[in-house]
Amino acid sequence: MSTVIEVENLQKSYGPTHAVDGLSFSVEQGEVFGMVGPNGAGKTTTIECVEGLRRPDGGRIRVLGADPRAEREAMASRIGIQLQQANLPPRLRVGEALDLFAGFYTRPAAPAELLKRLGLTEKRSAPIAKLSGGQRQRLFIALALVNHPELVFLDELTTGLDPQARRSMWDLVRELRQEGRTVFLTTHFMEEAERLCDRVAILDHGKIVALDRPEALVRSLGVETRIVFSQPPEAPAVPWDTVPGVHRAETSGERVIVEGAGERFVSGVVLALEARRIPFRDLRTEQPTLEDVFLRLTGRALRE
Amino acid sequence: MRGYTRLTSMALRLYLREPMAAFFTLAFPSLLLVLFGSIYGNTPTPMFGGRGTIDVSMPNYTGLILATVALMNIPITTSSYREQGILRRFRATPMRPLTYLAADVSTNLLMTLVGMLVVLAMGRLLYRVEFSGQLFSYLAAVVLGCLAMFSLGYLIASLATGARMGQVVGMLILYPMMFLSGAGFPIELLPDSIRRISAFLPLTYAVNLLKGMWFGEAWSAHLLDVGVLGLMIVVLGGLAVRLFRWE
Repeated sequence: MSTVIEVENLQKSYGPTHAVDGLSFSVEQGEVFGMVGPNGAGKTTTIECVEGLRRPDGGRIRVLGADPRAEREAMASRIGIQLQQANLPPRLRVGEALDLFAGFYTRPAAPAELLKRLGLTEKRSAPIAKLSGGQRQRLFIALALVNHPELVFLDELTTGLDPQARRSMWDLVRELRQEGRTVFLTTHFMEEAERLCDRVAILDHGKIVALDRPEALVRSLGVETRIVFSQPPEAPAVPWDTVPGVHRAETSGERVIVEGAGERFVSGVVLALEARRIPFRDLRTEQPTLEDVFLRLTGRALRE
Repeated sequence: MRGYTRLTSMALRLYLREPMAAFFTLAFPSLLLVLFGSIYGNTPTPMFGGRGTIDVSMPNYTGLILATVALMNIPITTSSYREQGILRRFRATPMRPLTYLAADVSTNLLMTLVGMLVVLAMGRLLYRVEFSGQLFSYLAAVVLGCLAMFSLGYLIASLATGARMGQVVGMLILYPMMFLSGAGFPIELLPDSIRRISAFLPLTYAVNLLKGMWFGEAWSAHLLDVGVLGLMIVVLGGLAVRLFRWE
């Protein structure tokens, strides 16, 4: 394993706003690295500084061993970029766009194969203006893959896509990972980060507030698991404080909510119910997610 | 220059798919030709030194085409590509900025030449106009005029904050020049007072040079024109390249 991206103390301000305020992180070869955070947290500024499209005010960036601005051409031919905001001439056709971009690289992929891989073969002669949101996004991904990049940047890959299109994008990211490519993505969907990323950096106000594997982030919170179920009104009271792992319990009518943590928490609760022959219904457990991690770390919800 | 050929061929195809651009480059000058031809005919008159109105208008139409390409097409395309994030996407590739600029200049130059050939063919067919200069000299004058006027167009594109502004500024400069420099309307038909204004319009020098080379005059008779156009390329073109922005 080698380090593909190294960022040390990255700084970038727009006027008085510190968009990125002293970020440091590294991305290892072959991993899917995600950056999550609300709009305005500094995700796009960070990814564009790493891509060499923005000049940082301070700090040091190395991408595939090169300086993304000083050694731009060498780096640009080895990476693939999907920008959050980008466009192509509206009258250009899908196939023409791929041919054009293939011409910028020494050993490009065959445009026909890329079109097939991204399900755009039938749209080959369609002008870009006539594509749906999902088709457009697939075309821009195809353009990002035209040079067989070692490192792929995906900025807000699924924003604005319907759930089905989003899932097919997720499959694509998993494929890229299987092919051994490194992926650096940003998203403001926690679920997306949780499902796709090997490691996630949580950004807020231009700073990394947490960085780890998604499940480790969730565990580190020590956030409780919550068990919710219904029981008949005449059910006997359970002395919850004697059940292992339980922190508190609340009964309101037929509905019971038990909160706690630990490996034996869930089985303890079920066993306590079984021992008293309480006929519980609709039992479900609610696991904390990255969303809860974010809420805890920043004190606000990710999606307004 | 990797990507130059494909970029140029893309830009040419898009040019032809853009109805407005294609109309002003390929059809509009011919419409003017027919309009003035039907008003004045092409009978030789003393005012034009024994030539007809259409005879003397042929180089003017070349000037008209290059001015339209320079002040309409270049600012609109460049500033709207910037506004829409198209230039941004190109910048995310290893393609060099100068490659993009070279391909764009080539495209606009080629389209100017095509437009010129169309109107010349029309003039030849309808009014039997004669070319009395040297082909190489005329082409050199076209290229010089193009590069000078394109420099102004790219400078407008570099300074404009958005596509609309690029369009408006381009038009504001183009329209008076079209009528007062002799490009869209024979300058000989204008009163002296208005002709004095034309000395301040850069297109006048391009049209003068084109006229001279069309009728086979010597380059030495057009040093002022060459000087002004050369200066435009160096100063305006240099500024345009320095101020060029991808976003």
